[in-house]
Amino acid sequence: MTNDHFHIRLPDGGAFTCRPGESVLAAMQRYENAPIRYGCFGGGCGVCRMRVVSGTYHQLKRMSRAHVTVDCEREGIVLMCCITPLSDLTLAFSAC
Amino acid sequence: MALNQSLRPGLIQLRVLDLDETLKFYKDILGMDEVCRTSDGRVCLKTYDEFDHHSVTLRLADEAGLDYVAFKVASNETLQEMVKATEQFGYTVTEVPADSDQPGYGKRYRFKICTGHTFELYSEVALAEKTPGTINPDIWNEPPRGMGVIRLDHFLLYGPNIEEAERYCTEVMHMYVPELCNKPDGKRMATWITGSNKPHDLAFVEYDKPGKIHHVGFLLQDWNHVGQVADLIAINRLKKDIGPTRHAITRGQTIYFWEPSGNRIEVYAGGYTAYPDNPQRVWDVDHLGRGLFYYEGEIIPSFLEIVT
Repeated sequence: MTNDHFHIRLPDGGAFTCRPGESVLAAMQRYENAPIRYGCFGGGCGVCRMRVVSGTYHQLKRMSRAHVTVDCEREGIVLMCCITPLSDLTLAFSAC
Repeated sequence: MALNQSLRPGLIQLRVLDLDETLKFYKDILGMDEVCRTSDGRVCLKTYDEFDHHSVTLRLADEAGLDYVAFKVASNETLQEMVKATEQFGYTVTEVPADSDQPGYGKRYRFKICTGHTFELYSEVALAEKTPGTINPDIWNEPPRGMGVIRLDHFLLYGPNIEEAERYCTEVMHMYVPELCNKPDGKRMATWITGSNKPHDLAFVEYDKPGKIHHVGFLLQDWNHVGQVADLIAINRLKKDIGPTRHAITRGQTIYFWEPSGNRIEVYAGGYTAYPDNPQRVWDVDHLGRGLFYYEGEIIPSFLEIVT
């Protein structure tokens, strides 16, 4: 079965939809209450760093290790510009 | 201060997360030419209007940002004098042998300054294979591609203690400071520094984290080309930060956007002609928004806060 979109849930209870293959950050641009600012969209600047609390995703591009260390990545910290969902996702802000 | 000692920022080595994708941007969209590859896989590039061997080197790394910037100075004599003065200033200098890690480059001298950035000085570099014409020359040999940037122009660095960095540039590199911005307590918030008639060869913003780069600036011909760049940003789905707009500081006409690895690029046209004997222009922080973004008249948060 293929999904035509996934639900991305935000820490404030808001949610938006993301198409398969699309980066979570690109989808978030269509959502008016986005909780983060938009930076480089290239995995370099780190301003779209969040934690994936539940759900699975595929990494589209490399994330700068200046912003997501190997240990952080194991804890689900990712840059929203670098991942696309493979299921519905729940996101959080949390330090690593 | 003099106009004939520190010639220009001539080389910058940037870290990229995706070499193929980012190189494609520098060549096909920004319009640079690939000059060579090093044995360790770095790629050297130049613009169509630069004479020297190359001006940008891209290195695949696990984080984006700046490896180092190198300044070309007028002669070996000037170089030796500046190296001695750099050591006297308190920075430890190491020598990078000629034709080692940067093909075509003569001996370079490397040191870290107080802001955490690695600087280099050199006086000799081979001419590129393809240079602009010099005998009854045409304006170009092959039509410029994409954004058609003319040359590497300047960069803005973020780090701590920029007052010392400014003092290094003026005392050792014989540069001068056409424009600056002070905080209410009189401490420096930002400084625009040049060794030429350009309003800036480099600039610094005070920042707690060391070694950060805000952007690399490339020269465009005029405002029409700034518009053409805006079209190319949109067509190629690049992420724009700001512009097209004008700076009151430097008076440049500009757009900022990010290349595919997240390093911020500025394309820049115009700007006033700087002279070391002109009075310095001074900005208060509460006017900085208008100084940076003359048409918007206010600070754009992404501009000040996002660095690599």
